[in-house]
Amino acid sequence: MKYFHLVWAALFRRRTRTFLTLVSIIAAFLLFGLLDTVRVAFNPGDSVAGAGRLVITSRVSMMESLPQSLGERIRQVDGVSKVAGAGWFGGFYQDARNQIPSFAVSPEYLDAYPEIELPAQQHEDWRNNRVGLIVGESLANRFEWQIGDRIPLQSAIWPSRASGDNTWTFEVSGIMRGVGKQAAGYSNMVMLHWKYFEENNEFGTDGVHWYVAQVGDPDRADEIAGRIDELSANSSHETRTQTEQAFQASFIRQLVNIGLIVTAIMGAVFFTLLLLAGNTMMQAVRERTSELAVLKTLGFTDFSVLSMVLAESVLLVLLGGLVGLGLVALIVPALAAASGGMLPFGGVGPQTWATAVVLMLLFGLAVGLVPAVQAMRLNMVDALRSGQ
Amino acid sequence: MKRLLANMGLMAGLVVALAIWVQLPLTGVLALVLLLAGWLTATRAGRQAALVTRVGLGTVGRRLGSSLVIVLGIAGVVGVLTALLAMGAGLQATLAGGGSDDAALILRGGAPAEAQSVLGQDEIQAVTQAPGVAHDNDGRPLVSGEVIVAVNVTSRDGDDASVQLRGVDDTAWAVRPGVELIEGRPFRTGMQELVVGRRASDRYAGLKPGDSVQLGPERWDVVGVFESGDGHDSELWADRNTVASAFRRGNSVSALLVGLTGADAFDGFKAALESNPQLNVRVQTTAEYFAAQSEGLVTVIRVVGIAVAAIMAIGAIFGALNCMFAAVAARAREIATLRAMGFRGLPVVVSIMLETMILALAGGLLGALLAWVLFNGHSASTLAGMSQVVFSFKVDFGLMWTGIKWALAIGLVGGLFPAVRAARLPVTVALRET
Repeated sequence: MKYFHLVWAALFRRRTRTFLTLVSIIAAFLLFGLLDTVRVAFNPGDSVAGAGRLVITSRVSMMESLPQSLGERIRQVDGVSKVAGAGWFGGFYQDARNQIPSFAVSPEYLDAYPEIELPAQQHEDWRNNRVGLIVGESLANRFEWQIGDRIPLQSAIWPSRASGDNTWTFEVSGIMRGVGKQAAGYSNMVMLHWKYFEENNEFGTDGVHWYVAQVGDPDRADEIAGRIDELSANSSHETRTQTEQAFQASFIRQLVNIGLIVTAIMGAVFFTLLLLAGNTMMQAVRERTSELAVLKTLGFTDFSVLSMVLAESVLLVLLGGLVGLGLVALIVPALAAASGGMLPFGGVGPQTWATAVVLMLLFGLAVGLVPAVQAMRLNMVDALRSGQ
Repeated sequence: MKRLLANMGLMAGLVVALAIWVQLPLTGVLALVLLLAGWLTATRAGRQAALVTRVGLGTVGRRLGSSLVIVLGIAGVVGVLTALLAMGAGLQATLAGGGSDDAALILRGGAPAEAQSVLGQDEIQAVTQAPGVAHDNDGRPLVSGEVIVAVNVTSRDGDDASVQLRGVDDTAWAVRPGVELIEGRPFRTGMQELVVGRRASDRYAGLKPGDSVQLGPERWDVVGVFESGDGHDSELWADRNTVASAFRRGNSVSALLVGLTGADAFDGFKAALESNPQLNVRVQTTAEYFAAQSEGLVTVIRVVGIAVAAIMAIGAIFGALNCMFAAVAARAREIATLRAMGFRGLPVVVSIMLETMILALAGGLLGALLAWVLFNGHSASTLAGMSQVVFSFKVDFGLMWTGIKWALAIGLVGGLFPAVRAARLPVTVALRET
């Protein structure tokens, strides 16, 4: 540490070069941060928020409906504490491009989701209002909806009996907010009454698209899932029960294999970065041959010369990397806000930071290794003689 | 002060040049190249520039490391850009490729896609009798009622995959002349038999002819494989009434596909149906429908691709700047000697920029080639609506050309500032420098 000022001075010996290299490294880690944030946002697998929730859909596909009577039978399965049903509403507001994740849910639905924050009074008001609608906070801000507003939503799937076309009119009863990163998506959803959905649906709907069951003991989830599926075995509406995490993960794997694409891009980015920074370090050491020889003459050991060159390259990558990630931390919330909450980004997670710092250290070492070894092996006499 | 103004002028010029460059078509670029070649051979300054460039390129071998950094850095940018754009192009070709102007798709009013639409007997009747509907040799109207059901199958990796099961009338084949049975035989009416799109058959387990697969409550036998070259390749087809009864759809259909007597018959056909107050239908040509279906997803992929490549390009530009500044510094004495001998600034500027652009071009070619080798035809899948669509990355000349244009733009920016510095080197100082 006592040589820090030496390392620092060496790093900024050629300001332009260091600055240019830094920008390259910043760009690389900016990209890394953004892509990793996307990866984390699309990988809900490691959240604990949904622990103990099972999702029950039809075995045919999740668009197929299940009978209403099934809910009561699931409730009686040993170990299940709460059950709620939901249906796809397929809503959009004003323009088909403003698609809104919208579910028709049974009154108990929100009880199974403690990560959704909704004032008790508003929850109560919603329960008592047949055409009540709970809207996510981001949506309410985006479209300037307030409690008590009557808003028309279009359903992509279901015509409304009241209006004769696909326009359904609701009254905003409550504004909900997802707490925590994994639940950020709820701030961008709306929920309506399943009862109203069924009554006002011109096609009539004979069932529920999925059930959510809360189990008391998450360790028994697999066993209980098996028993729920047994309820409808060999009937015309067999079910498939999965934990919520497995359900979401499978959906996202179908959407796109983000992991593969991200890994490929990151590979290309870091390869380029390594090349650039490595080249800079080589140049820096080559230029300073005589200076390093002087250091050695003054009594610096081979090892301290090695570590000083390594420290310099690690410092270079760390500086660039931290600035790059800092930019990501600024950009991501802006991006999430600009998308009106469509992108479920909640900021740069500790996991991303940790991975990035480990990568920075590794790259710093890898980049500095060859020049550092060169510097260590430097023969004082030769270096001083050839240095001008 | 003068220096500052000059630098600002340089930046402004650069921005304008890049803006023009982005818009420039292939012929424009060729004209530029010819112009440059003419200048290099015909004028005195040009010949000087060519000479200095040759000397500069001769020293590239000695600066192999940093020259490689430029080439490989730019190859990385172009490779990623081309691959991501190829993904968008492939998806678009698959989703939008199946449409034609002389086939119409009828959905319920307000339904965004086939899977969300329901039509009853009244609509089927009205559509069949509408003007402009083509008839086959037996006099039957070319109207196929189609029932769409999303069903889960298993991918070869063991994951769930939601795919579209399409129940069709036997006219479906005549309305879609592009669909061809390539293996096995067609399904028989009333039997639980499937013909499977080629991509679905390759990608998912248990969908080869001779296999049988559980879809919902019942088992279905796979009897054939068809190929269409568009989104249908990811679907399973079966007899309409069999699908409707297996999945409790009654007499309704999701959509009606109609073969028209010609593209010019569409307007009359559409007007007749939409003016009928008893009907609530949406009439589109299949070309319109498929183009609209692919629009959103393709735009997202394109924007992401360009954003990622732009950030990478910034990194590569600074890498190139770094290397070229180093090259200029290494050649300071040589350049000063040339200046002392009477060479003007312009040939020096041009030669350094040419050198960078040549390295950039090499990088661009390498990147585009890598993207082509690694990704052309690479098969991927995504969800379109609620069902998977399998598509191939499509790296074509247009995309590779876009990548190479990016490479040259990076080379232009990365070469310009070092070149200007080289021209501004005070001759006496540089000559004295050791």
